[in-house]
Amino acid sequence: MYDSGKIIPGLIIFVLIITFPIWYNHGDAGEVPKLELPKDAKQCVQPVAEIRAKHMQLLNQWRDEVIRDDERAYFEVDGRMFQKTLQNTCMECHKSKVKFCDTCHDYTTVNPYCWDCHLAPVETE
Amino acid sequence: MKYTFPLAAVIALVLIAWIGSNIPGMQYLFGIVIPYLAIATFIIGFCYRVVQWAKSPVPFRIPTTCGQQYSPLPWIKQNKLEAPANTSQVVARMFLEVVLFRSLWRHTKAEIHDGPKLTYESSKWLWLFGLMFHYSFLVVVFRHMRLFLDPVPWFIQVIEFGDGILQIGSPGMYITDATIILGLVFLFGRRLITRNLRYLSLANDYFPLFLIFGIAVTGIMMRFYFRTDVDIVAIKRLAVGLATFQPVIQAEISSLFYIHLFLVSVLLAYFPYSKLMHMGGVFLSPTRNLANDSRMRRHINPWNPDIKPHSYASYEDEFREFMVENDIPVEKELPPKAE
Repeated sequence: MYDSGKIIPGLIIFVLIITFPIWYNHGDAGEVPKLELPKDAKQCVQPVAEIRAKHMQLLNQWRDEVIRDDERAYFEVDGRMFQKTLQNTCMECHKSKVKFCDTCHDYTTVNPYCWDCHLAPVETE
Repeated sequence: MKYTFPLAAVIALVLIAWIGSNIPGMQYLFGIVIPYLAIATFIIGFCYRVVQWAKSPVPFRIPTTCGQQYSPLPWIKQNKLEAPANTSQVVARMFLEVVLFRSLWRHTKAEIHDGPKLTYESSKWLWLFGLMFHYSFLVVVFRHMRLFLDPVPWFIQVIEFGDGILQIGSPGMYITDATIILGLVFLFGRRLITRNLRYLSLANDYFPLFLIFGIAVTGIMMRFYFRTDVDIVAIKRLAVGLATFQPVIQAEISSLFYIHLFLVSVLLAYFPYSKLMHMGGVFLSPTRNLANDSRMRRHINPWNPDIKPHSYASYEDEFREFMVENDIPVEKELPPKAE
């Protein structure tokens, strides 16, 4: 082998970079976030699978309808009327941002810009 | 057509993962076993290829130069990047090559006009879209590290923030989602549209393009269009699990995810066998990484046999007897025979 003084260190650096996740996590797979679900409400505005997969699209749609098109009409789910609002509808049941929103968002480093404008509810212990 | 076979191969891979991941229990094959085999093939194969290259002697300096070489005459100005004379100049040249694809900047387009007249014209498109594609891919890989690392280090978050800075839609669109597709479309399109390039292109030129295109499209579909069952927490748990050797599939994950992961696994496993090895090869290109110093240093071919000097006098000493016998004139006669 020629130039092994340069090539072998180069390969070692390459392998270290590729295996970065292995030695960064040092064998600790960590805890999966646990959501605190509301105790008094049984049902969300959409089925669980839907809301879990598409809540961000729904919130965006609400924002566009309410803020841009002035369509503030209430919508009905199982006989109950809901307002298209993050603070008054979502956070009504999910009282804690830290124990609900942030658990998954922090785990997967999703940084939604909801709270750039909205006020996060006051956290009660 | 040389692109139909690779296209069919990528479609077949998609179908394998799609159908396979819907068979109960096969999620462990597509989610855990195949990714491990793929990354092992990638790392071992990559190192093996580089070591094989390193075993090939490069006896002479063969840099491609396109500038004035070093001259001791003080009024002749050396082009230090195009004709590097020492290691530090080579390092500068290699750095610009690896980071900015400097040699593609010289890319020209040859055309035959009526006459017949051959013209060469500067064509920076390959450089532009090549750079766009490679950097997009790099950023995409870095962004994905948020799924493999727990907690996510700050520099990954910085890259992700920068990539999503346009804040278009929700979930937010990434700039690199658009630019990697744009780069791929150009790199594929130029092989179709340029006549001489279409002639040169082989199945193994098209296959990686289709494969990476498939990876990008399935990724974009998962993020923006078919979000059902793309359970990001379960996916992160699996990815971190893979990196800590404790993989767990804790929920049902959409087939789209397994298709994406399978195509990535195929890309990793295919990498060491393919032209994609230019990732390592660019560092080992003798036409780029050698100094143009043939006129300053003597480079000895390492496989030259060890030939000892053999003067005529000693040659005659060795063969005098036979030379005299065959009437070949000699400088020194044979010693008189002792009776």
